Amino acid sequence: MTHQLKDGGQVLNVGMLARVEGEGGMHIEIKDRQVVDVKLNIFEPPRFYEGFLRGRTYTEPPDITARICGICPVAYQSASTEAMENICGIVTTPEIQLMRRLLYCGEWIESHALHIFMLHAPDFLGYESVLEMAKTYPDVVKMALRLKKAGNDLMELVGGRAIHPVNVKVGGFYRMPTVAELEDLRPDLERGIEDALAAVELVAGFDFPEMEQDYTYVSLRHPDWYPLERGNEIVATNGVRFPVAEIPQHIEEFHVAHSNALHARFDGGTYFVGPLARYSNNFDQLSPRCQEAAVKAGLTETCRNPFKSIIVRTVELAYAFEEAVRIIDLWRDGHAPSVPIAPRAGEGVGASEAPRGTIWHRYCIDADGVIEDAQIVPPTSQNQASIEADLRLAAQQWVDLDDHMLTHRCEEAIRNYDPCISCATHFLDLRVKRS
Amino acid sequence: MTTAPEPHGVTEPHAHSHEHDEAAAASSRPKLAVWKFASCDGCQLSLLNCEDELLSIAEAVHIAYFPEATRAVVEGPYELSLVEGSITTPDDVRRIHEIRAQSGVLVTIGACATAGGIQALRNWADVDEYRSVVYAHPEYLKTLDTSTPIASHVDVDYELRGCPVDKKQLIEVLAAFLNGRKPRIATYSVCVECKLKGNVCVPVATGQPCLGPVTQAGCGALCPSYGRGCYGCFGPQDSANTESLTRQLVELGMPSDDIVRVYRTFNAGAPAFAAASDAVEVGATVRSTVDRAPEQGGVP
Repeated sequence: MTHQLKDGGQVLNVGMLARVEGEGGMHIEIKDRQVVDVKLNIFEPPRFYEGFLRGRTYTEPPDITARICGICPVAYQSASTEAMENICGIVTTPEIQLMRRLLYCGEWIESHALHIFMLHAPDFLGYESVLEMAKTYPDVVKMALRLKKAGNDLMELVGGRAIHPVNVKVGGFYRMPTVAELEDLRPDLERGIEDALAAVELVAGFDFPEMEQDYTYVSLRHPDWYPLERGNEIVATNGVRFPVAEIPQHIEEFHVAHSNALHARFDGGTYFVGPLARYSNNFDQLSPRCQEAAVKAGLTETCRNPFKSIIVRTVELAYAFEEAVRIIDLWRDGHAPSVPIAPRAGEGVGASEAPRGTIWHRYCIDADGVIEDAQIVPPTSQNQASIEADLRLAAQQWVDLDDHMLTHRCEEAIRNYDPCISCATHFLDLRVKRS
Repeated sequence: MTTAPEPHGVTEPHAHSHEHDEAAAASSRPKLAVWKFASCDGCQLSLLNCEDELLSIAEAVHIAYFPEATRAVVEGPYELSLVEGSITTPDDVRRIHEIRAQSGVLVTIGACATAGGIQALRNWADVDEYRSVVYAHPEYLKTLDTSTPIASHVDVDYELRGCPVDKKQLIEVLAAFLNGRKPRIATYSVCVECKLKGNVCVPVATGQPCLGPVTQAGCGALCPSYGRGCYGCFGPQDSANTESLTRQLVELGMPSDDIVRVYRTFNAGAPAFAAASDAVEVGATVRSTVDRAPEQGGVP
């Protein structure tokens, strides 16, 4: 919808952003061909998770916080279990970590496939939805559904359920899958590697607008692996790095009247979490095959064009399939599903790489394991400022397009982030008055 | 001067509908709309997770409004509305009435829509305190003191339980709608599914608490199959005997606080679970009052 302002300005409003997770809109104000105001409007109602986690016990966050998001529940489960294990001073076994990584691969595959093909690709190919796309590109859509299903099948086996897995607990799992069960998935996962690598070539052929920003990329880093279910430190492109436990000292959330959501600052500045950040900070940790696919797709070791996030996501999709197969190769039966854990008073942080960016949880518990304080910081909240900066740049860059096309471009700029607005812990219902 | 954006596209669809040559084909299919209130998106994601059936579903119904999946917006009325999420803001109350008015059959999907979801925990709490815990400027928030199911506000034709819903049940609801019959959804307890699966009874064998005896089937007895007790994510079955289960939990040695929390999760607002938790909480208060009675000089 467009409004002409009395002073000759023009306002572009999208009430409901489509093909994002959760509910949000955008507002762009243009005057004399200059973009003067940009807002990502989030009206997802607050659900107060941090409020009602207080008074629950330390074993409950994996089940409860999974409900923050149906698309990335494992990210919440992983960050919360890690935080509690850090507080209680226990280290799980390498096998438990391996199985967590495998479950996380399932979530990456499911979520990335959903975003790449069902939410994002229709923008580049000029369709309103994947269902419309299916008429012209039936083979691509069938491949997409196959890839997504492989991720869901993996989550169902390891997690018990694809949405809100039931098999995750503080200390490990309730039950380990067997070699035989995992082997059943192997053919689809191996085919997934090939499909995903083909998909990298496919999406690399899309028409990408020229737009680059000098983002501060922030992600986890692990000495041995591309970061997924955990990392040992946070790294940023500005050279800052510190252990996960120190995240709350560097990332500050703040609440501003002119915005609909809590924003976050990294050492006082705007920053960017997500596939582009992970990729640019950890290119060296990708497998040789994925590195090669990325280079063949025209990427360098750092990618600063947010529209090309679809290529990076697809490289990560291939990587997640490779990792899943690698872990199944390593798996042997007979490992204990969990380690015993007992509460002890303290404060701790856990972080993981949700498909759409770094997520971290901080809890304080008392000696009985009762949660005294909880802080949950999802990726989309951290990316608010970057999304708005991109929106401003995109709107200015395409200010001469007609409203329909400009709206499309701006929506795409938002969808580049795969924003998960349902991760609504921090989002507000606030109408902004403008003039 | 302009006004704030209209967030919910009920009356003013923002996107350009791409009907064109498909109009004729589309008009013969019932129009489906998918709506969302306070929730995690998981139940509508269940529809997109029907990878094997999605293209057939799209042929059988005309997906007319489903923002998570498509930019296209076709105006109502809609023959079938699927509603996810609970009512937590003043605007939600207005919007659900608008949705009801333009929906032929309205089906609520998932624990949030059918029982208020986990966010119904606010119904026992001081929401002002929640606001101040989570937000630096709680005065910006417009939210209700309660989280309530859709059926508390408008007539609902069918409720599909689960946190999240089971996709096979979701397909059954769609098939039933398309064939003009009642959905065949189990109303018995998780215990029946557990026995059909041949699981060992978790509380009997391991002493872990299990809500299976009072929880409606639908998940396929997932948790017991993974060696843990059911945590009740499908909500109470019809005429759930929570009194008996509470006695069992006490016998297993569960403290009252834990029993209250077990009933108060994703279906905390479902009347049977709410009443069961309240009964334990009141009982605990009475007991602790009695315990303290001598020091306080007696309580009537």
